Amino acid sequence: MRVEFADSMIKQFDEHPSLAFITGDLGYMALEKVQEKYGERFINAGVAEQNMVTVAAVMAHEGFVPFVYSISPFVTLRPYEQIRNDVCLHNLPVKIVGNGGGYGYGIMGATHHNIEDIGALRVLPNMKVYVPFTANDVYDAVNQMVADKSPNYIRLNMGAKVPYNVAPFAQWRKLKSGNKGVVVGTGPVLENICNSAWAEDLEIWVLSVFPIVDLPAELIAAVNRTQKLITIEEHSGECGLRETLSYHLMNELSTPIKMLSLAANGYPSGKYGDQKWHQAENNLGGEGLNNQLENFLK
Amino acid sequence: MESQQHKDLLDKALSIKKRFLGMYKSANAGHVGCSLSVAEVITFVRFAWMKEDDEIILSKGHAAASLYSVLAEDGTLSEDDIKTFYKNDTHLAAHPPVNKVKRIPFATGSLGHGLSLAAGFGISHKLKKNSKTTFCITSDGEINEGSTWEAALFIAHHNLTNVVWLVDRNKLQGYGRTEDVMKLDPLDKKIEAFGFHVIIAEGHNFASLTQAKEEALKSNKPVAIICNTTKGKGWTTYEDKVDCHYLPMKDDQYDIVQREIEAFYNKALSSI
Repeated sequence: MRVEFADSMIKQFDEHPSLAFITGDLGYMALEKVQEKYGERFINAGVAEQNMVTVAAVMAHEGFVPFVYSISPFVTLRPYEQIRNDVCLHNLPVKIVGNGGGYGYGIMGATHHNIEDIGALRVLPNMKVYVPFTANDVYDAVNQMVADKSPNYIRLNMGAKVPYNVAPFAQWRKLKSGNKGVVVGTGPVLENICNSAWAEDLEIWVLSVFPIVDLPAELIAAVNRTQKLITIEEHSGECGLRETLSYHLMNELSTPIKMLSLAANGYPSGKYGDQKWHQAENNLGGEGLNNQLENFLK
Repeated sequence: MESQQHKDLLDKALSIKKRFLGMYKSANAGHVGCSLSVAEVITFVRFAWMKEDDEIILSKGHAAASLYSVLAEDGTLSEDDIKTFYKNDTHLAAHPPVNKVKRIPFATGSLGHGLSLAAGFGISHKLKKNSKTTFCITSDGEINEGSTWEAALFIAHHNLTNVVWLVDRNKLQGYGRTEDVMKLDPLDKKIEAFGFHVIIAEGHNFASLTQAKEEALKSNKPVAIICNTTKGKGWTTYEDKVDCHYLPMKDDQYDIVQREIEAFYNKALSSI
């Protein structure tokens, strides 16, 4: 999604003279054209994310719409208090861009992963969290972020590739129908179910913007009908999709249901690998995912 | 500085101090010493230096009463507003609030944010090519925060000469003396090494602050003024002690500090 993101920023520039771009010293082989386009409104704030976020907050106060870019944990968890105090409490349109949420940085290791970002940011006042599903989603997500007068965070990853048409970017999208259970996923990891043999019998939804405001009636009906709900996220379930969706469904259920949560549980073996390897270790892909789905749906 | 202007500043400072002492007394609140420490510095910035559309960032937000009192002195806040300080249903909390008071663009109180706020104003004004200046008053204790140094690097790198950093150097922090807790000296050399033009001033002396301003205006680098101050200046019982950060004033203490600030005023006036 990084290519699509850089392309979006370049496309937005001419129409939006208030845009600015601040990087925390990252973007090699990705942001060079953005830098060229933005000129003096491209700032490399150095490896100093706390200062970077506060500077962006003031720029937003002064009429700019700053996008602030780094690897996901470095631009979310490191300057978390600056995001809360200076950006969110003041409801300023700072646009935080986290590259490589989840296990996106693979073999780079735990310090470069982020399985708490959605949870950490979705609870902040005025904040909207964007989690694109396909690479193409990034264009519409960036459009919405530029138009939104409030703080946003976008989690970039490798875009999903699925064997059916995906509707244009929206908070809720139904990908397909099915009768044996309902899947709600966030982010590209959902493709691991979409591309499995189990997909045929499942109704599949993708959630791409947090916080949840309300649930689609069709989704509620499908959960009540099938009485089986699966959530999948490359993120901690404790503060992620599993937790927030459960709360919103609680008052909508007309029948008991069974729920399977597929979420990132960190580093069960203490070992590292690429993104697919971490997904497999956490039953978010590969044989582990297959076994979980088989047990749940049999 | 002309003697009339000097007298006016002394009058303002006395009025500002009397107001915030009254606020602290009726609220039975602490942080008295923090406001006494910065009283002349904030008075000087507001009434002898900044232009109408410049900003003051009080990074040491725990001295909010001094800022509220300055904003009452210039008419931004009413005396009725001031009466709500510390009470339920007020905008005037113990630390500056979010989006509610003109001239307070950002809430402060968590230390180490202020210099980055000033950096943000500095770079914004530079990009917009306007001539506004941002004055940032930090404590010395909050220089422990790494973010303060991140901001210092940024300000120097972008040569933000539209930022003036004033350090309230009273050498006390939350639980001890700065040099015992986390050594800051030689603070001037450290800040200078980051790329600032560093000026040392006597922070309770308007003539010294005026000299610092004159030197600052000639600088082609960002300026940091280390204002040597005394925490709790005038509260002789607890002057230069950590106690004056936390303790509210009992009646007898309130009498002492009022008497002392009057004496300080009269002495300063006679030296003009």
